[in-house]
Amino acid sequence: MYEKNGEKYFIVDSHMHFWDASPANWVAGHENYAKGWIECFHAYQGLGPPETHWSIEHFQKYSEQDLMKDVFEDGYVDIAIFQPTYLTEWYSEGFNTTERNGALAEKHPGKFIVNTRFDPRDGDAGLKELEDNVARWGSRGVKLYTAEWKDGSRGWTLKDPEAYRYLARAQELGIKNVHVHKGPTIWPLDKDAFDVADVDHAATDFPDLNFIVEHVGLPRIEDFCFMATQEPNVYAGLSVVIGGLMHARPKFFAKVMGELLFWVGEDKMTFGSDYGIWEPKWQIEGFVDWDYPNDEFSDYPRVTTATKKKILGLNAAKLYDIEVPEELRLPAEAGTPGAGDDAQLVDDGARV
Amino acid sequence: MTRTVGAVVDVGAVLAALGTVRDPELDEPVTTLGFVSSCTVSPDGVAQVRLRLPTYFCAPNFAFLMVADAYDAVAAVEGVRGADVVLEDHFASDAINAGVAARAGFVASFDGLAAAELDELRADFVRKAVMAGSDRVCRPLLAAGRTPDELAGMTLGDVPASADRERLRARLAELGLPAGLGDPLLVDPRTGEAVGVEALPLHLRRARLTRVGAEANSSMCRGMLRERYPTRGHGQTEEHP
Repeated sequence: MYEKNGEKYFIVDSHMHFWDASPANWVAGHENYAKGWIECFHAYQGLGPPETHWSIEHFQKYSEQDLMKDVFEDGYVDIAIFQPTYLTEWYSEGFNTTERNGALAEKHPGKFIVNTRFDPRDGDAGLKELEDNVARWGSRGVKLYTAEWKDGSRGWTLKDPEAYRYLARAQELGIKNVHVHKGPTIWPLDKDAFDVADVDHAATDFPDLNFIVEHVGLPRIEDFCFMATQEPNVYAGLSVVIGGLMHARPKFFAKVMGELLFWVGEDKMTFGSDYGIWEPKWQIEGFVDWDYPNDEFSDYPRVTTATKKKILGLNAAKLYDIEVPEELRLPAEAGTPGAGDDAQLVDDGARV
Repeated sequence: MTRTVGAVVDVGAVLAALGTVRDPELDEPVTTLGFVSSCTVSPDGVAQVRLRLPTYFCAPNFAFLMVADAYDAVAAVEGVRGADVVLEDHFASDAINAGVAARAGFVASFDGLAAAELDELRADFVRKAVMAGSDRVCRPLLAAGRTPDELAGMTLGDVPASADRERLRARLAELGLPAGLGDPLLVDPRTGEAVGVEALPLHLRRARLTRVGAEANSSMCRGMLRERYPTRGHGQTEEHP
């Protein structure tokens, strides 16, 4: 919970990690990829305030104590949602697996939601693993990283028939939320790997699943926003948006937020710190204080305290059926957090 | 014809050639983005160019286009007898550098991983550049009181001459679309059809969104590049205000 000026904010960090990218976990022969990956993440951290930067050694592998302090003690987070990313081609024990996250969650009951993942290239064995993970960790969500390398393959898309088989099975198992994360490679490499058209297809064909597009489809925010206006079950995950832009690029942060509020709407945007890339504390404090910098932005929808309460926690709480304490809820007239039925331009009155 | 060895090629001419090479995704020159880490010409006329990108994992297709375009641009400079263009510090450096040096094309360079060359990918992003460019040209007009209805009837020549207008015309021409001063200002970049009055408000909103997206990406890439490399690139500029 975060409190500022008498307003109390229930905080759900809907996209965070507990990874091990230390050299001891690098796959022999693939060290360059393992090193390149974590150094790339570390450079992203450089876009946050200088006093929040970590050494590369600390960044490669932070401890349970670090996480609990940064996220809950200092970071105001009420519930954190683990999003695994395996990358077992590069990291022997995986970069950030369901098991690694789940073990931590079991030690701290009531603090975490443990999402799992699947990779449609894993065939029947992968379906079994998905079932086991859902049973073992009670997962209600999956994180899908379509750019993951596997043997000779450089990635996959949600349109693949195998992906549909997995989505259907995930739904049967009780999975409700699908977090999609795009990366720089897919097959074939001549296509735009960041294209979100496959999410559009899957969202249409699986109307009872929610698709949270992480980092709002960056670097394809325009495609994402336009798709989100047409699909009631598509949400904007703000990981990277707040962490990567709010401090380092405030002008673009304002524009991107304005576009998201215009096209997607405040009921369908969810905060995610992307910890350990960025600590949640400064992101939450900064976002609660944030408003458009000047009149140049008067065309965009306004940002209210209710907007921020929804984005920082209430929307994700709705998606994950998290019980929000009475005093942290919004009055009914503030709209429905997480409402999935407003797939239209949210502010038709806004000028071009 | 034999050339005098030494002092044949001005390195400035090579840099100018590199200034015509764009990052297809960001629609900005690789020079101003800071992607040219070094550029020299040997006494026997071989241009040596080193390119760098904001991350180790930048998308390999766009990286390939930049290296290949840089090779073509540099090789075409008068007096250059050979081009040695190398992308550094990238997961696919070896495949890209070898493929470009061998003039092999993308499919051959990424054996089994690519199904086609990159013309369609490039065209997709030129279309985005047309949308973003439409916003750059139209926003000042709207701010000056022009209505969307008026814009729908305007030609490219009705807009005051500016760098943004010429940039828009160049992108339209790249797509093979009408780009003359008597041609429509606002077109659907996919079909080349003029945008009608009714479709115009949504078209302009999409144009703004596309521009915000591209400029935010560019801004983030510049930030990442600075995190990665302390040195300035040749021709690197600060962000547009």
